[in-house]
Amino acid sequence: MAQLFHRSANSISKISLAGAVLAAGGLIAFAYTMDRGHYITDVAVVKEQPVPFSHKHHVGDDGIDCRYCHTSVETSSFAGIPATEICMSCHSQIWSNAEILEPVRASYRTGESLQWTRIHDLPDFVYFNHSIHINKGVGCATCHGRVDQMPLMYKENTLYMNWCINCHRNPEKYVRPRDQVFNMAYEAPSNQEELGRKLVQENHIQSLTDCYTCHR
Amino acid sequence: MNENPALDLAKIRARLESAQGPLYWKSLEELAETKEFQAYVDDELADRTPNWLDADHRRNFLKLAAASLAFAGITACTKQPKEVIVPYVRQPEEFVPGIPLYFATAMQMGGVGTGLVVTSHLGRPTKIEGNPDHPGSMGASDYFHQASILTMYDPDRAQVVTKQGYIDSWIGFQAAVASRREAATINGAGLRILTETVTSPTLTAGINAILKDLPGSKWHQYEVGGRHGAYKGAMLAFGRPVNTIYDFSQADVVVSIDADFLACGPGNLRHARQFADKRRVQSNVTHTPQPKEDWQEGYQEGSIPARTNQSAQYMADNQGPVVLPAQVQAEGKPPSETVLNRLYVVEPSPSPTASMADHHFVLQASEIETWAWDLAAAIGAGGQSSGKYKEVAAIAKDLQAHKGTCLVVAGDYQTPAVHALAHAMNAALGNVGKTVTYTDSIEGNPTDQQDSLRQLVADMNAGKVETLVILGGNPVYSAPADLNFAGALKKVYWKAYLGLYADETARQCVWAVPEAHYLESWGDVRGFDGTVSFVQPLIAPLYGGKTALEVIATLSGQPDKSDHDLVQAYWQSQTKAGNFDIFWQQALHDGIVPNTALPAVNVTAKMPPASQPKSAQGLEIIFRPDPTIWDGSFANNGWLQELPKPQNKMTWDNAVWISPTTAQQKNLNIGDVVELKYQGRTVTGPIWIQPGHANNSATVHLGFGRTFAGHVGDEVGFNAYLLRSSSAPWNDYGLDLNKVSGKHEFATTQHTQTMEEGEPIRIATLDEYKKTPQWVDQKEDDKPLPEKLTLYPDYRYQGYKWGMTIDLNSCVGCGSCMMACQSENNIAVVGKIEVTRGRHMNWLRVDRYFKGNWDNPELYYQPVPCMQCENAPCELVCPVAATVHSGEGINQMVYNRCVGTRYCSNNCPYKVRRFNFFLYSDWGTPSLYGLRNPNVTVRSRGVMEKCTYCIQRINAVKIESEKENRRIKDGEITPACAQACPTQAIVFGDINDPKSRVAQLKAQARNYSLLEDLNVRPRTTYLGRLRNPNPEIGNA
Repeated sequence: MAQLFHRSANSISKISLAGAVLAAGGLIAFAYTMDRGHYITDVAVVKEQPVPFSHKHHVGDDGIDCRYCHTSVETSSFAGIPATEICMSCHSQIWSNAEILEPVRASYRTGESLQWTRIHDLPDFVYFNHSIHINKGVGCATCHGRVDQMPLMYKENTLYMNWCINCHRNPEKYVRPRDQVFNMAYEAPSNQEELGRKLVQENHIQSLTDCYTCHR
Repeated sequence: MNENPALDLAKIRARLESAQGPLYWKSLEELAETKEFQAYVDDELADRTPNWLDADHRRNFLKLAAASLAFAGITACTKQPKEVIVPYVRQPEEFVPGIPLYFATAMQMGGVGTGLVVTSHLGRPTKIEGNPDHPGSMGASDYFHQASILTMYDPDRAQVVTKQGYIDSWIGFQAAVASRREAATINGAGLRILTETVTSPTLTAGINAILKDLPGSKWHQYEVGGRHGAYKGAMLAFGRPVNTIYDFSQADVVVSIDADFLACGPGNLRHARQFADKRRVQSNVTHTPQPKEDWQEGYQEGSIPARTNQSAQYMADNQGPVVLPAQVQAEGKPPSETVLNRLYVVEPSPSPTASMADHHFVLQASEIETWAWDLAAAIGAGGQSSGKYKEVAAIAKDLQAHKGTCLVVAGDYQTPAVHALAHAMNAALGNVGKTVTYTDSIEGNPTDQQDSLRQLVADMNAGKVETLVILGGNPVYSAPADLNFAGALKKVYWKAYLGLYADETARQCVWAVPEAHYLESWGDVRGFDGTVSFVQPLIAPLYGGKTALEVIATLSGQPDKSDHDLVQAYWQSQTKAGNFDIFWQQALHDGIVPNTALPAVNVTAKMPPASQPKSAQGLEIIFRPDPTIWDGSFANNGWLQELPKPQNKMTWDNAVWISPTTAQQKNLNIGDVVELKYQGRTVTGPIWIQPGHANNSATVHLGFGRTFAGHVGDEVGFNAYLLRSSSAPWNDYGLDLNKVSGKHEFATTQHTQTMEEGEPIRIATLDEYKKTPQWVDQKEDDKPLPEKLTLYPDYRYQGYKWGMTIDLNSCVGCGSCMMACQSENNIAVVGKIEVTRGRHMNWLRVDRYFKGNWDNPELYYQPVPCMQCENAPCELVCPVAATVHSGEGINQMVYNRCVGTRYCSNNCPYKVRRFNFFLYSDWGTPSLYGLRNPNVTVRSRGVMEKCTYCIQRINAVKIESEKENRRIKDGEITPACAQACPTQAIVFGDINDPKSRVAQLKAQARNYSLLEDLNVRPRTTYLGRLRNPNPEIGNA
């Protein structure tokens, strides 16, 4: 009986086997990269906003405190997005004719809200509370990055659960003195571990890793 | 159950009479021990085989399967959708996104207002609680209050003014009214106004002004659940319509003559609280051995709890020494000094109040008057005794031994004579001024409402009514059938209706105006004692609704006045307060207007003239408003439709309730369809056999069989109004009951979620308790659990340790807790078919047990939430760790992890876990988005859910306490069920704090857990029930 397969079939089968393994690996690698990549996580992705608001200018250059606009960050779960009125408290005086600010003035005139695109968007089954993090000494920049250096707002971290858990397991690695929370330029000292442990003691910071801490 | 199996009633009876029967039984089916029934109970979920032969079903299944695959695929690959943040332009003061606001308002039922506090999230009301400052609420609320919020968001509500069924406008209506006013002035016929019971001072003043302004005008009132008997009884006894106020806090002996005073009627929440306070038992006998999960650990006075989920080593390093568990000492009086009140109940059909009765007598509704005469004669209040009822002698003796500290209460559905007799008895017993006081009527215009309606119908038929304005109610549907209100209405030239829905009445009127819900209106209302509360809106009318005040203002020629201005103007004229603004703000804030409770009046009760009891001929028919949907006004409320009725755990239906004995005589079974014939009118309905119901008597509930209620309420049940006559609104003889073909399937929840617990309720009489305070542990074959059942070291709950107790001595089974839970936790409604499959979603259920014979069984209720077991069996079997334990002892359910294997539910001995077989939550109706509690996830299909001890409330308080670096104080956290509970039977708190109420209650000798021998160590425990029977009557 003549050979059914040509000799080259051996090579083809070897290559296909290796190829299948590689493809599977590649697929996993692809999925992983996608999942962690900017396309899915939106990390460092700038989104279109009604007004190209610059935190760099307002925080970095002008030195406006976070709480001037994000008024409820110390008291509520939601940090608060400033009402048009807050924008206008300055911009009725300065840059009052700038074309770029027309949507803000229009909103103030018509009473229609500005619609900002959410940058830090947690899934709906996660219940995050700003106020307790602020009160326990988690700096704004710890999660949001150096906002004072961002001309346009973007996400610094993935906000994935493993990222949250990192700090929830070991708060002493990240917490800072309470008076440094709003300091964008704060840098962790070399003895962070030691200081962190002290802060954990003093401010009664807990390592909360129960599911119900965030999910309910 | 799919098919109601034919019950062998004779066999059941024999079984009950023999001593081998189970001590506690849930239903007759359970006693029948049929194979079908056992199979139904054994399987956690009935009817799990899909019906493959049904083409529709198969197609739907394939669609769903395909859709879920597709959706699963898509959700895994998608990015998070874009979300926008919409800030205010000018942020109102006090509005902080993320922090709710609370507003005091009041809801009226049957004219009686109850003060409420409503939670508002950024301008949308989400949850209703009682107002602790309101005398009629004392912080509690019932299920009508809780569920009323769903009615407000109901997308089926009337949304537009219509004229002859066509869309019109409020302006158009006002113009039409103006011309009617003119016509009425010219021809002098005036207007007719038909309202329900009105206690609102502003509305009364408005209507009175019209009556004065337009001669010939008349004000008629008719309320289905109206208290006709109480009104006429007061007229009979005092010659004037006084309002009776009971004080149960002073009453040691209470006789209820068909009065469901713990669950219905004016002041019911207050009555329940006062009654329960007289049953609270706290002794100094500590439970031995106290279960380990109730030990207090790691508590140091003033200390902030440690990191909860850390090793003992970590805590030793960081938070000071580990404190070893210690047993809490019970504090209280010695058991021998325990005092309980005593309750006698006589009634035809079991009410929640009956569950608290120490002695319960079952009589036909029509016989009760004779019983009352006998009791009055035995007390010596006067009158002739029939000598038929022997037990009254002992009751009378008991009452006389407690002169001034006893109370006789007559039910709203009893005859005027019974009410008058109750007044006379209270007077004879020296209770007036002590346990019972009288004030002027709280109603704006107290009338005999049956007469009032009868007169209106007669005038309509005589063509004397040209203009009729109906404010609320739904008389076309609910007026007594013999009056033929709908027929008479046809003869009225101009008729307008203000109502929440485009219902039966709206469709018969020329003009129909959508009514503003009370959460959208300004107004005022009197409470049970006359205390005025302002009704303040939580939101602008969703559908442009108008209030009765605004319609009345239009009728009186002031079309521009808003309800807010009208209430303010009225009270400005009424108050002498120097600064009205301060008065107004204060009254709005507190939810009550100070010093408006009506003063007591001095009246002397006369004995009523001897009455001739109705002669018994044929069966008796009893009409009652439905326990959950009331007179039909809540028919379109899915929460209430699906709330199991306290007595028989039936949902989505009404039925003809008869006693087992009558069923046996007439050879009827549960689900048999019968034709009811009464006074020449017929209606067909299904039979329900209710143990404890009077023999030769049938109870039908009103409010069902609606035709224009909305999507939820249409065509549910049968319409019992079609039988009801104006001469005998609540009960009468002369019912003919004949079996017709057909079988009805009920959706009851009484067999689903069955626990294998032989003695779920532990009961002792007061004497037994005094002798052996620790009786709850003395089960016959009980061996104490071994000290150690596991190889692993015990977990140390060194931080907070949450626990709950439910005092069965206080619980009256009213069901408020279930509804509060539903509202707080966004629990979905599943519909009748799914309930028959055992798939209802309530996280908290109230089990009902019978004990004893079927003619007059003892009735017990037991709320069962998740037990939060320390050794939770559900956690061990979850393949994806979606249910795990928290460091504070809560059994956590994580929706986003759950893949829906249902192993956990299978392994739960208490059967408290509920599964979303389909997408039960309504994700598609925009108006319902506003209803939801933003702090609780709205669950999707395919996930398990269960009680969380209201973790959102725990976390909110914990965050605030952590900000202040302090320990949470006892009582700071109240789960929704405990907050709504009228009797405060549910107590929640930190077991680690030895002074907390929950730790103290758990230390009590009465404390026991369900299914203790499984060693799952539940954190929710029960306090045993005490009864206080009269030794002279024996155990009846």
